[in-house]
Amino acid sequence: MKRLLIILFLLSVNSYAVDTRQLSDPKQQESYEILTKELRCLVCQNQTIADSNAELAADLRRQVYEMLEQGKSREEIVQFMTDRYGDFVLYKPAFAGKTTLLWIAPVIFLLMGLITVFFFIRRKNASANSKAQAGSLQIDQDKQKKIRNLLEKGDAS
Amino acid sequence: MLKYIIPLVLFIIMAVFLALGLNLKPSEIPSPFINKPAPEFSAPNLNAPKEKLTPTDLKGQVWLFNVWASWCVSCRAEHPILNQLAQQNTVVIIGLNYKDKPVDAKNWLNTLGNPYNISIMDQDGRIGIDYGVYGVPETFVIDKKGLIRYKHTGPVSAEDVQQIFLPLIAKLQAES
Repeated sequence: MKRLLIILFLLSVNSYAVDTRQLSDPKQQESYEILTKELRCLVCQNQTIADSNAELAADLRRQVYEMLEQGKSREEIVQFMTDRYGDFVLYKPAFAGKTTLLWIAPVIFLLMGLITVFFFIRRKNASANSKAQAGSLQIDQDKQKKIRNLLEKGDAS
Repeated sequence: MLKYIIPLVLFIIMAVFLALGLNLKPSEIPSPFINKPAPEFSAPNLNAPKEKLTPTDLKGQVWLFNVWASWCVSCRAEHPILNQLAQQNTVVIIGLNYKDKPVDAKNWLNTLGNPYNISIMDQDGRIGIDYGVYGVPETFVIDKKGLIRYKHTGPVSAEDVQQIFLPLIAKLQAES
């Protein structure tokens, strides 16, 4: 029973929209699977056309299938889609033009964070050091005063 | 002093980004078709399936290309506005009956009124794909040369007609 459940669980990981299309050429079939996972369903926006059961997703899958059958390359199909729906249709937008910022933004933010942390730690260290120095001096002077007082008073009792 | 300015500046930058984010509409995807020729089609007329319409037939006039379907709820909201616009007779309105049954489509036009000079049928959604349609209704404005000049996603409101469509149509009709 347990084993069966585990098997069922593992099977459920690969759940896609019902799609019985099968291309005769295994290479084309592979392209089909890759492409449908790279193209966004524009109605549901956070699903690929392989995941989605929306009608538009089904139409786009049909389009991909037919173009592969006609012998179109993956690049040609991606071009076909971006010509019609813009870069947004791609889950992995090309590194060019408007999308450059999108690609380099994470690096910029990481650098900004690292620089901030660097200066923060350096300042903290510097202030901690100076405080420690000032503190130790202060304590010493206090202690010295106390010692001197005690010495001056002598043993009163 | 700097101690107070830096967080303030950071806050302002963040506030600006968040404010922009609030006003973005992720459902409105910019169309790559602006200022490009309207994609070709040759589609049967809804009321006379033997007659076919192509964009070339419409060259020399400004036309609206409105994607609609009888199953589309927002189209119902938009419909009276299109009817009003049609009554003004300022622009040719072509309907793209998208993934619909001809019988349902005809019924719809009979009961709600027909603002379209011609409606063409796109039962399997192929013309829709060529025009990058992803949600109905959508409305394209096409100029005399056959270039797409504007795309509106979602139902057209009376305000949109007054503020966007009519001025744009007037401008495009003045072009040669």
